[in-house]
Amino acid sequence: MRYAMAIDTKKCVGCSDCVVACQIENKVPTGYCRDWVTETVYGAYPQLELELRSERCNHCDNAPCVRCCPTGASYIAEGGVVLVEASKCIGCGACIESCPYDARYSHPDGYVDKCTFCIHRVREGLQPACVAVCPTKCMYFGDLDDPSSDISKLLKTRKYKVLAPEAGTKPQVYYLL
Amino acid sequence: MATRRDFIKISALGIGGATLGAGAFNLLKGSGAELATTAAFARYPTYCEVCFWKCAGWSYVDEQGKLLKVEGHADDPHCSGRLCPRGTGGIGMYYDEDRLTTPLIRVEENGRQAFRKASWDEALGMVADKMKAIAGSHGPESMALFNHGSSGHYFTHLLKAYGSSNVVAPSYAQCRGPREAGWIATFGTSVGTPEPTDIRDTRCLVLIGSHLGENMHNGQVQEMSDAIDNGADIITVDPRYSTAASKSRYWLPIKPATDLALLLAWIHVIIYEELYDKDYVERYTYGLDRLKQHVRRMTPEWAYGITTIRPEAIRETARLMASAAPATIVHPGRHVTWYGDDSQRSRAIAILNALLGSWGRRGGFYFPESASLPEFPSPEYPKPKWSWKDTLDGRYPLASMGVTNTVIEASIASPEKEARIKGWIVTGTNLPLAIPDKAQLERAMQSLGLLVVIDTMPMEITGYADIVLPECTYLERYDEVRTSPYREPSLALRMPAIAPTGDSKPAWWIAKQLGEKLGLSEYFAYKDYTEVLDWQLRQVGSSLEEMQRAGVKMIPRKTPLYLKEGEAFQFGTNTGKIELYATEFEKYGFDPLPNYVAHPEPPKNYYRLNYGRAPMHTFSRTANNPNLTDLMDENKLWVNPKVAKIWGLENDQEIWLKNQDGIVSNFPIKVRITERIRWDSVYMVHGFGHSRKELTRSYGKGACDAEMITRPMTDPIMGGTGMRGNFVTFLLEKPEKAVES
Repeated sequence: MRYAMAIDTKKCVGCSDCVVACQIENKVPTGYCRDWVTETVYGAYPQLELELRSERCNHCDNAPCVRCCPTGASYIAEGGVVLVEASKCIGCGACIESCPYDARYSHPDGYVDKCTFCIHRVREGLQPACVAVCPTKCMYFGDLDDPSSDISKLLKTRKYKVLAPEAGTKPQVYYLL
Repeated sequence: MATRRDFIKISALGIGGATLGAGAFNLLKGSGAELATTAAFARYPTYCEVCFWKCAGWSYVDEQGKLLKVEGHADDPHCSGRLCPRGTGGIGMYYDEDRLTTPLIRVEENGRQAFRKASWDEALGMVADKMKAIAGSHGPESMALFNHGSSGHYFTHLLKAYGSSNVVAPSYAQCRGPREAGWIATFGTSVGTPEPTDIRDTRCLVLIGSHLGENMHNGQVQEMSDAIDNGADIITVDPRYSTAASKSRYWLPIKPATDLALLLAWIHVIIYEELYDKDYVERYTYGLDRLKQHVRRMTPEWAYGITTIRPEAIRETARLMASAAPATIVHPGRHVTWYGDDSQRSRAIAILNALLGSWGRRGGFYFPESASLPEFPSPEYPKPKWSWKDTLDGRYPLASMGVTNTVIEASIASPEKEARIKGWIVTGTNLPLAIPDKAQLERAMQSLGLLVVIDTMPMEITGYADIVLPECTYLERYDEVRTSPYREPSLALRMPAIAPTGDSKPAWWIAKQLGEKLGLSEYFAYKDYTEVLDWQLRQVGSSLEEMQRAGVKMIPRKTPLYLKEGEAFQFGTNTGKIELYATEFEKYGFDPLPNYVAHPEPPKNYYRLNYGRAPMHTFSRTANNPNLTDLMDENKLWVNPKVAKIWGLENDQEIWLKNQDGIVSNFPIKVRITERIRWDSVYMVHGFGHSRKELTRSYGKGACDAEMITRPMTDPIMGGTGMRGNFVTFLLEKPEKAVES
């Protein structure tokens, strides 16, 4: 089992519903977020292109945050999902420094927090909160080891990219182009 | 590329700063991996009030009765189970600690005006006494109601029972009124809301200044996404590279204020290249020959000189529209009060749809149908001696709803003329941020004998009130059953998930109590609004109990969704046809065929002020919502890099705006340098720059576009206030000007 997410940049309107749905679902304190939206503009008026991306932890196959964690608080759970065991976390911040995606933050309660792919929902057979709420249905979550999953099919037929491939982290959030 | 820190900097309110009421955001210790889905204890149906698309959803509470979240209702055609960011963040309307929680009465203490807390009995007694006095000395018609949203229903009923039909809403003359006038003149029916655009099945969607995706009307945005999946083409006309423009096959970066020239050139191409739907046009329309003659010289080359859009792009897009027809939608837009000739521009859009045969066709526009609930039995209203129509004074003959601006004018007393309107009830609308020409609005409010404001938040309008009545949020109350028109009629219930905060009350309760104090008890012959809802629902074979369980109930259609092939159809116009040539406009002396008229252009060093929406906010009503300010807490001024270079501007530099009439913004606005905007205009999101300190999160955040709109251009046909004709320049140093409030 290999959980992954694909996000269709052709459909995303950058509304940030994924951000607020995550904050509410995961009780992320005000002022912090586990996912966020970026906007990149290419070209000059009027020859322009715009890419909107909903970003989050990439749940990397080769996760530097897990490797560098001195206490074992950061670990890889089922389906390759990268999680933090808050009770083991000493808040040293090594993982924050190691992440090329800036996907982790220090929670005011003293531990490091990040996207969990809403594993608590996935275990109940639900989609992650961001995927479930997205009004444009631009986000797909599923198992890459299952060739019949939507995400497997999309990655076979669509052009895509991942972020910072040069970091060698083997990220598992794919952006459909 | 923006990084995550940039996002926090851009959209987050001070880190860890705000404390939220009622502990809803109490942090759970641990990895956060065992949360809300299992903690939810009960759910209650609702429909959203954060905008007026009214998506149905469920509000969830936990075992302690705390509100957890709101999610979309899977069976609801407005949202298909997915709320937009505002709906998801709707819990912030409840948790906002700045809410109004007690009635307030304006008092003078030591020469200074202030509000003091009051009981409902005292506050409502005072309103009733003043309303009785106004009715006694000037007649009940001298009271007017300004409203937006669900609460308007109850106060409209109250005002009519009292004897006035002066009911107005900015959603007409400051928003969609012109398109309704244009549509009625052409198709004999208004567009209505939600718009019956069949985007799901369209093959070509044409957006003219309509920024779907930033304007987050949920059903339309969802369908636009489906249309993209289905390979539909989008054509966007906008001087700004909007989100929708970035999804488009063609983006036409038009010179602002010239849209009508482009529309006429499109009509020219479609007629002279014989691309129109001949059978449809012959069967259903009136006036093709005169239209053909009218647009003879309005070629793409003619339009090029006006719009800066290349002739070949005009031809290609016209052909694309025609090739996809009738599954083509030239979107009527929603906020269309731009330049004062907006009914005529809407007419051109309507004509284009008629030529393409898209009205009443799959992939074009469907015929919406709504469920109909009988009104709860109530005595007949007294007949008012005069109405808002008399405030038109012979102007705006095709206004089909009350015009806010003429009621405002009629409220201003002058030495020569006594004001006809003496008192206002304002509910659910923050007039100072919605109405252009603030000076005139303030003159009117100063003239009033009574100004009552009903709101959930201490909006700017409450600062002018004599009496403020705190309404509870939509999550804490019952309201009218939603029956909005759509493809399939439906009923949707809103019921409280949680008790009202403080001493806030549902609007139905406030109106009923006030009615009783005015001696109008027979118009409110129920103890609780649930009696009304249950009675209404039982008339159509449902019940309150059923709706409390189901939330949404679909009702089978009675009429066809589209025109049938070759069907004879009578349109509601003078000729019974779709009027390409508008006989109703002709009758009142307006151009029966639309003409392009040049509008004033910005003087040197000034830029046209364009404004619009962000997907996470609704006007000014969400600017203080803790969840939504966390996504976006201020607006920025979009400036083209060339302009920024001339002025030496940098990103996030704070500047003040000054308009053509010398009005300076209360607050500075940060600069956002972006290629997404033309060099002749600037852009900002509407609804920021709040000036009431009681709005602790939004006070002074960003600047207020409405403040800069001192010169509305009024549509002579229906009274809409065109608000895109104002120009601003930049002040780089803080001007000497006291910030109010």
